[in-house]
Amino acid sequence: MADTTETSANLLSLVPKAAGKQTMKDFKSDQEVRWCPGCGDYAILAAVQGFMPELGLAKENIVFVSGIGCSSRFPYYMNTYGMHSIHGRAPAIATGLATSRRDLSVWVVTGDGDALSIGGNHLIHALRRNVNLKILLFNNRIYGLTKGQYSPTSEIGKITKSTPMGSLDAPFNPVSLALGAEATFVARTVDSDRKHLTEVLRQAAAHEGTALVEIYQNCNIFNDGAFDVIKDREQAQEAVIRLEHGQPIRFGVDDAKGVVRDPVTGDLVVVDVTPENEADVLVHDAHAASPTTAFALSRLADPDTLHHTPIGVLRSVGRPVYDTLMARQLEDAVERQGTGDLGALLAGSDTWTVAG
Amino acid sequence: MTSQVSTEREPTAAKDVRRLERVVIRFAGDSGDGMQLTGDRFTSETASFGNDLSTLPNFPAEIRAPAGTLPGVSSFQLHFADHDILTPGDAPNVLVAMNPAALKANLADLPRGAEIIVNTDEFTSRALQKVGYAADPLADGSLDAYQVHPVPLTTLTVEALKEFGLTRKEAERSKNMFALGLLSWMYHRPTEGTEAFLRKKFAKKPQIAEANIAAYRAGWNFGETTEDFAVSYEVAPASKAFPPGVYRNISGNLALSYGLVAASRQAGLPLYLGSYPITPASDILHELSRHKNFGVRTFQAEDEIAGIGAALGAAFGGSLAVTTTSGPGVALKSETVGLAVSLELPLLIVDIQRGGPSTGLPTKTEQADLLQAMYGRNGEAPVPVVAPRTPADCFDAALEAARIALTYRTPVFLLSDGYLANGSEPWRVPEVEDLPDLRVEFADGPNHTTEDGVEVFWPFKRDPETLARPWAVPGTPGLEHRIGGIEKQDGTGNISYDPANHDFMVRTRQAKVDGIAVPDLEVDDPDGDARILVLGWGSTYGPITAAVRRLRGIGHPVAQAHLRHLNPFPANLGEVLRAYDKVVVPEMNLGQLATLIRAKFLVDARSHTQVNGMPFKAEQLAAALKEAIDG
Repeated sequence: MADTTETSANLLSLVPKAAGKQTMKDFKSDQEVRWCPGCGDYAILAAVQGFMPELGLAKENIVFVSGIGCSSRFPYYMNTYGMHSIHGRAPAIATGLATSRRDLSVWVVTGDGDALSIGGNHLIHALRRNVNLKILLFNNRIYGLTKGQYSPTSEIGKITKSTPMGSLDAPFNPVSLALGAEATFVARTVDSDRKHLTEVLRQAAAHEGTALVEIYQNCNIFNDGAFDVIKDREQAQEAVIRLEHGQPIRFGVDDAKGVVRDPVTGDLVVVDVTPENEADVLVHDAHAASPTTAFALSRLADPDTLHHTPIGVLRSVGRPVYDTLMARQLEDAVERQGTGDLGALLAGSDTWTVAG
Repeated sequence: MTSQVSTEREPTAAKDVRRLERVVIRFAGDSGDGMQLTGDRFTSETASFGNDLSTLPNFPAEIRAPAGTLPGVSSFQLHFADHDILTPGDAPNVLVAMNPAALKANLADLPRGAEIIVNTDEFTSRALQKVGYAADPLADGSLDAYQVHPVPLTTLTVEALKEFGLTRKEAERSKNMFALGLLSWMYHRPTEGTEAFLRKKFAKKPQIAEANIAAYRAGWNFGETTEDFAVSYEVAPASKAFPPGVYRNISGNLALSYGLVAASRQAGLPLYLGSYPITPASDILHELSRHKNFGVRTFQAEDEIAGIGAALGAAFGGSLAVTTTSGPGVALKSETVGLAVSLELPLLIVDIQRGGPSTGLPTKTEQADLLQAMYGRNGEAPVPVVAPRTPADCFDAALEAARIALTYRTPVFLLSDGYLANGSEPWRVPEVEDLPDLRVEFADGPNHTTEDGVEVFWPFKRDPETLARPWAVPGTPGLEHRIGGIEKQDGTGNISYDPANHDFMVRTRQAKVDGIAVPDLEVDDPDGDARILVLGWGSTYGPITAAVRRLRGIGHPVAQAHLRHLNPFPANLGEVLRAYDKVVVPEMNLGQLATLIRAKFLVDARSHTQVNGMPFKAEQLAAALKEAIDG
């Protein structure tokens, strides 16, 4: 995928670089952060503010666009341009901005309700178009700002204020959904793992096109501990499958478990690694042209227990970027028809003259 | 190919020629018969001849309704004259009926004595039964009040094309060109334009192009030679109706598209259209998509909400942003319009109104979105509203809507409708130098000094004159700021839930829209002695003006005024209304402008309404106004 790296460099080069060295402080706005104490959003904000100087872009050319929900307050705290829009619509608004201004680095901050419920349509279409957007989806599996209703990622049977006898609907797996929507970059990370989160942001920022980053985020008020199994060092060993491109997919204590392909069904299964089957352990290929294996990996996770949850970059492939194609059509049109002549356009080809 | 004549043809002197001042022709046939194309071509011929004209395409929402049925009838009406005219005409003088359904669907609109040209080949017993004719109307005397010209159009077309080696079905498809040729002969239309058009349209299929031209010429020659058509007609150019200049024919949607391109150029901003296909607005999306060499970006979104969302995003980035739609789409966009009100960014919302509610009558016209545009949002969310009055006026209205949006940093509704969108008329092509200057200045530095002397940028510090806030686009160093739909503190734009601040911001946004400079309303009252005022808005301008002329012609003084700006109203509107004993407001809704007028000015405005999906007919409107005068 050497060529992907090259083109990413090309796309990022459209965004002006910062004049001097930046620090995390440069990206903190003067607004008081108003999330609940202990909210996972703080960690994500710190990670993003910490990562931005590394990107080295002029901060006036960075825009954060959000929808509605707790996570969507994010832009207020970034000292960049930003828009806190309306529920679910951030990908659409960001699409208009990104496709009209290729000199901007456009980020979308959204939540599980915002992106997957009210805004589901915009999310899937942004992904299929491959607009140059970086979408950070904070998934806490609950509605926080409306005080605790179940969300489209909540497990079945979730007891909440709106579902006192348990929720009835099957949840979305955001990674599976994004892969099904033709996404070119799909990753999952966790709010509390600063190092992993930053590495995923790094790869997302370098990706040319839409990058979807699902971030497991703890809502300590309405869904506390939803990701404990992934965060607790001991439990995580069995629960989390860390994906690294080019590495065998192994996890568990002493990497005792691995992912292999079932020769009969073609599906992926978790096995205890033995000397006999060690060679069969799948090597993660984030750049595989087909999303099939990435999808199969995403399905290993148990939606109830979160056991066998893959984290890391599941898919990162090159595909033409919508904004680039749109800009190219404009250039082609000028090449073919010449720069627009308004007088000629208005007159058209079929006129008559009334003499004075 | 029997034709020996040159491309440009003149009827010979062998037949009588009568001079007419004006003619109304209606072409009617199946949805698949090409009636809209036929009408368009006749219109182009007529425009290039120099008549004044006005058109009314009328077609079903179904693309191809079952052949030969009443719901499948598509028609195109054209009114042309040697003087200035205002409407597509109340009643056709000539009906071209390509089948029994077309005859049956349109007969009631014909005055006695009208000419009917029927394609007799389609009057089979099965076709007659399909539309409920018990007996053949061509034979049972029921058309005795009309001048009927029975013409076997299909047979003649197939005969004329027999040398082309086409299948019968292929040859039959040119029968609309035969009919066009015949009508072109009858009314002395110039023919070379249509022949050139056919060659261009079928450039990749030269045989089809030549077949259509042959059918067209055969129709013309048929008129010239057959005994049944003893008379042809001349309608002289309307040379006195037009000020000097270069003219072209233009439809409302095309004029509106050009207005947007012109506004973009005059503003020095790239045009960005976010849109989702919807009848009758899609043609604007199609048209603008053709002009990428003007820097126009068109984005066909996944839905109406994304269409306006993308436009708003582009507005934030400094584009002249537009979304185009019809009433159902406006309903979906409402929340984003509210966001644009709150963000105070320029945005044009073009609503080509159609019959409602819900899906309603997608291909028919109505003016029933006025109150939706005015009030269809949560909270106090004032939006300026501008409406064009004729197809060509859509160009100027688009420029005016852009002026307001850019000057005041506000979303603006542009309310056209299906009648303006698809109707056409001659348009004097403006000189580019005469177009208004719409240039804007983006914010480029701090605009406020804090108490401790620090220079800062306040995104909601307003221009004292216009109350517009600065437009600081991303990429401008030092002006990084965040805006959103939550209430903002005056000046800083920071989130504020302060009660007094909210009260102030709500009133300020309203004051900004109320304070938009719009020209005074002009009243047309030639003798200055009228006691009755007819007030209209939008596409009713043509029929109202025609009705007022009729009344004046029979000695009734009537004053007329027509609103371009529905929000804010012109400053002198109240004064104008109070100067008359009676105010009548004709509208294609159930009285929406009348409601606004009564509420705002406490004037006893009378409503005259029609919601049948069609424009007012001048004569009926004149009668209604006469009743108001007498009553």
